[in-house]
Amino acid sequence: MQLNKHIIGVTALSLALGAAFGTARADDKVKVGLMLPATGTFAALGAAITNGFKQYVAENGGKLGGREVEYYTVDDESDPAKATENANKLIKRDKVDVVVGTVHSGVALAMAKVARDNKTLMIVPNAGADELTGPLCAPTLFRTSFTNWQPAYAMGKVAAQKGHKNVVTLTWKYAAGQQSVEGFKEAFEQAGGKVVKEMTLPFPNVEFQPFLTEIAALKPDAVYVFFAGAGAAKFVKDYAAAGLRSSIPLYGAGFLTDGTLEAMGDAGKGLLTTLHYADGLDNKKDAAFRLNYAKAYKLQPDVYAVQGYDAAQLYQAGLAAAGGDPTKQDAIIKGMEAAKIDSPRGAFTLSKAHNPVQDIYLRQAEGTQNKVVSTAIKALADPARGCKM
Amino acid sequence: MDFATFLIQTLNALQYGLLLFLVASGLTLVFGIMGIINLAHGSFYMIGAYLAFVLTSATGSLVLAIVLGIPLALLFGAFLEWALFSHLYKRDHLEQVLLTYGLILVFEELRSLLVGNDVHGVAIPAFLDASIRLTEVMSYPVYRLAISVVCIVLAVALYFVIQRTRLGMMIRAGNDDRTMVEALGININMIYRVVFALGVALAALAGMLAAPISSVFPNMGGQVLIISFVIVVIGGIGSVWGALVAALIVGFADTFGKVLLPEIAGMVVYLVMAVVLLWRPEGILKKG
Repeated sequence: MQLNKHIIGVTALSLALGAAFGTARADDKVKVGLMLPATGTFAALGAAITNGFKQYVAENGGKLGGREVEYYTVDDESDPAKATENANKLIKRDKVDVVVGTVHSGVALAMAKVARDNKTLMIVPNAGADELTGPLCAPTLFRTSFTNWQPAYAMGKVAAQKGHKNVVTLTWKYAAGQQSVEGFKEAFEQAGGKVVKEMTLPFPNVEFQPFLTEIAALKPDAVYVFFAGAGAAKFVKDYAAAGLRSSIPLYGAGFLTDGTLEAMGDAGKGLLTTLHYADGLDNKKDAAFRLNYAKAYKLQPDVYAVQGYDAAQLYQAGLAAAGGDPTKQDAIIKGMEAAKIDSPRGAFTLSKAHNPVQDIYLRQAEGTQNKVVSTAIKALADPARGCKM
Repeated sequence: MDFATFLIQTLNALQYGLLLFLVASGLTLVFGIMGIINLAHGSFYMIGAYLAFVLTSATGSLVLAIVLGIPLALLFGAFLEWALFSHLYKRDHLEQVLLTYGLILVFEELRSLLVGNDVHGVAIPAFLDASIRLTEVMSYPVYRLAISVVCIVLAVALYFVIQRTRLGMMIRAGNDDRTMVEALGININMIYRVVFALGVALAALAGMLAAPISSVFPNMGGQVLIISFVIVVIGGIGSVWGALVAALIVGFADTFGKVLLPEIAGMVVYLVMAVVLLWRPEGILKKG
């Protein structure tokens, strides 16, 4: 029994120490968990988000809510199968105050479940799944990026304004693509147009030739697509090589031409897309942001860096409202809900479902830039269907 | 679907099938004929595509890039065979799987270190950068047709080398019974080195030719790996003609599957594989 007493003693001591440290936390650091892809296809996006986040912290004197920031990072590998385990590492093991992530929607959905179950604050700096601020919305779940619906809806309006009546859509058969097409269709058909055919191909298949042949046979007024990355580059080149560019206008959500214009070469020239960020925005915040980012990282920032930057701004707004105390979650949430974020994309507020209410820009590809043409829709809010909050 | 569209879709299917044969041809040699399970086949394809990108940027010409790239790929293949694969012929398939899976990781990491993670495009050579008008809105790029021609030439050349030359005979004999071939005084090690190098070069060539169409991007090898195995297995392991027939079948199944059965387009190729293997468990054209 000697041994047992000993163990009890040690346990009691460690509990007491824990309690002591627990109270000491009030003037401790704020713990930020970054769950982003560091390897794989989305590695560059994860890096841009991290850079953006850290840039805001640096501009804020290296602090959030007046405290030093301690980062805990996990590479989510964009693998939904590992998402729950990875989120648990940050939330249960490291006990972070806020978890920021991620790029891949499937991973973000699993993360959101863990964060919600543990009542941990979560900020999504990219994943566009409509569900995150729709049926799965939660008081502790925020987003600084977009819903798949938003840019697509804006493009539906633009296409209708251009006088197109019949449109064919094409995307990969996965959630992001299908939500994007839904958004486009909603706005386009409200304005009197008709989506005559919705075509899909399995993700991440890139053999588009059969669809181009179908499009040529259907002869619609325009084509709307949702593709990203290498698949986007290939599609645009194939579309041009099939001679369709000159007769049937092509439109897409902004991801079509983000980071892919160099690979597209001439085929990408003049493409019109919609997104919540663009090159050549006329606002001082963006100019300063780009300059600082280029200085710090020797890189041009992109939309992902902006979303990371705004995630830090949003959390700062919450902490400021809570007197800098990361444990006062209710006050932080109130602060974040009320915040007006001075983003490089243009100022935005959050909807009731915690998604940005933001301007969506119409952009045209010029060289490797997506130059702003006009604001397609001002202060567009996602309808947040299914969100009971 | 009207008749003109049907004809164009048939052309799409043929052209895609031939492209698939090109991609699978290196695997036909290494897996089908030498009997090595080579999961790194896709990586060699990826390496070819990146070689095309780097060399085209440096020399300004894809043709020159291919002329330079093929000997590089041959040397690289011969080196890998000497350093790694030659130790595995007598081992079991699982160890080949482990080695070649490891190679995928190594090559992807090297690619990331050397060229980065961005998507890059490769320009089509000027003399092939044209298209042929098919209908009032649709044209067909000449470059795709040129690839098809290269594929047909390669298929014939491969068949000829494997079935009709002394080297081909030794390769086939070596796969059937290595020890006996060695006992007959043939330097089987050298032959295997040559064949493996050829396999790597074919995969790299496929990558180089596909680069202007598909762009070059991280993990691009993964996309071709599975379909290549499907083709070699459907065709009958060890048969060049079989692989060609299988590639065309897959091309047709994929093209018409996407148009006619969009709901299950992702499965059509595998359903075809299942049906073929039920009908002929050894593949369409079993060797011998």
